[in-house]
Amino acid sequence: MPAIEVLQLEREYKGGLRAVDGIDLEVAPGEVYGFLGPNGAGKTTTVRMLVTLLRPTGGRALVAGHDVATEPHLVRKRIGVALQEAALDLLMTGRELMELQATLHGIPSRDVAQRSAELIERVGLSRAAERRVATYSGGMRRRLDLAMALIHAPEVLFLDEPTTGLDPVSRVALWAEVRRLRDEGTTVFLTTQYLEEADQLADRVGIINAGRIVAEGTPAALKAEVGRPHLDLTFTEDADLEHARAVLERFGDHRPAAEGCHLSIAIAGGATEIAPVVRALDDEGLIVASLELVQPTLDDVFVEKTGRHLEGAEQAAPAPVPEPAA
Amino acid sequence: MRRASLALARRALMTTLRRPQFLAPLVIFPSLFLAINTGGLHRSTDLPGFPHVHGFLDFQLAAAMCQSLMLGGVGAGIATALEIEGGFFDRLVASPIPRVAIPLGRIMAGSVISAMQVVYFLAIGLIFGAHIAAGVPGVLLVMLIGVATGTGFCALGVMLALRARNASTVQGIFPLVFVVLFVSSAFFPRRLLSHPADWVAAYNPLSYVADGIRDPIISPLTTSTAIEGLIAALAIAALGIALSVAALRGRLREA
Repeated sequence: MPAIEVLQLEREYKGGLRAVDGIDLEVAPGEVYGFLGPNGAGKTTTVRMLVTLLRPTGGRALVAGHDVATEPHLVRKRIGVALQEAALDLLMTGRELMELQATLHGIPSRDVAQRSAELIERVGLSRAAERRVATYSGGMRRRLDLAMALIHAPEVLFLDEPTTGLDPVSRVALWAEVRRLRDEGTTVFLTTQYLEEADQLADRVGIINAGRIVAEGTPAALKAEVGRPHLDLTFTEDADLEHARAVLERFGDHRPAAEGCHLSIAIAGGATEIAPVVRALDDEGLIVASLELVQPTLDDVFVEKTGRHLEGAEQAAPAPVPEPAA
Repeated sequence: MRRASLALARRALMTTLRRPQFLAPLVIFPSLFLAINTGGLHRSTDLPGFPHVHGFLDFQLAAAMCQSLMLGGVGAGIATALEIEGGFFDRLVASPIPRVAIPLGRIMAGSVISAMQVVYFLAIGLIFGAHIAAGVPGVLLVMLIGVATGTGFCALGVMLALRARNASTVQGIFPLVFVVLFVSSAFFPRRLLSHPADWVAAYNPLSYVADGIRDPIISPLTTSTAIEGLIAALAIAALGIALSVAALRGRLREA
């Protein structure tokens, strides 16, 4: 049974705005599903329907085997939710919030303190647990939000843009936690507008635009759909670019490149073709100042499907990818 | 539901006590009115038809309590609206609890704060020379009417927040507190109000609450006034709770 099954799900707001327009998707148990799209694409509306905060106006959605419209109380027992903009009470301490969340999720009174302490420790907030949340940084609030969503060990975890506005270090820490959850078998439905986040974390990605899913698959498959990697080369100023162009034609089609001493070719073989290209250029006395093998990105997929770039695409690559936490 | 309501009540109480800007108006405005009225209008007790009182402070304590309890309702409404604006309300709605526990928790916290407000004004009165003519039973009656009224106003504040969904709208009803107070017998005996104020006061439930709180302070218990005060207070509480639960259901239905 899928952890999440969505069939022709729709949400039309008063005034006729159709924020979600008949989407279908399926998420397997233990899978991290990245739901990628620009602001206003329908990501949050979809999540709000799946977590029972918003009624669908059409279609059907099953989460953890229960219908969000007819069995919302059963859905709520099985899901963890960390919505956009960590919604925390700033006047409470981290420990108080965790204990409240534990109580609301029906954890027996005798276990509340211990379970809360475990989760606080897991997200690295033990030393800040007695401080009011108002004193927490954005990253700390996100971690606390995540810990609260995990208090009852949910089958399905919804993370709505969990790293928006976070610094790279906090983002990487949160990614590590999501990987750890996946390793533990938790299904994660992650919305994001960051390409790198979807690329790094998601087993499969759904790209939504204007309320419709325009592409779905593994990041690798989606990128493979839109084309081959390309090699960007920069030559020294005295290089004969026409000569270089002729040499490079042997390896692949030319692509548009920046003005000046730059050339770009699409290459089918990826990294394995770099050495032959360099060797051929060297044999002809053409000196390469720098070269870069550029893989297709999910933004290329988005461009292919919608004709425009995804917002935040330029923020795709900054953070190094950490090893999953032990 | 009991466990969730109690947990949310405890949390609402804790956060209210940690927010001095919400607590201050409940104490400062009514205390100032009490001091100014008692100091400047104490000769009112000489007016023909004014009830026999030990001092004007005794008479004014009920007005201060009513004012404070109404402001408590505004505070509860603003706190709820801020939760809605900040998304904490959604967190609660997404929890596997009976959703009615969400307003009930806030309202229960309002009941506790109402009791603290009544105790505060009784203490202030006693410190500055007021007498409780009906003794301990009178104090208990004042507490009962005060807590029921405060509970009702908190529930009405929560209802307004659930309808308006933003704190500034709830804050906008602040002047209404004074309008409702001034068209009641809270500050002055109904029989000394001129027409049409006396007519409006007769239909204003706050008049019966104020009279019900005042009566045991200025005289031995009067059964009819006590009953009228209790009925008015309980009616405000029942109406407020019913309306807040209905507002919650309406809000969730619209989602």
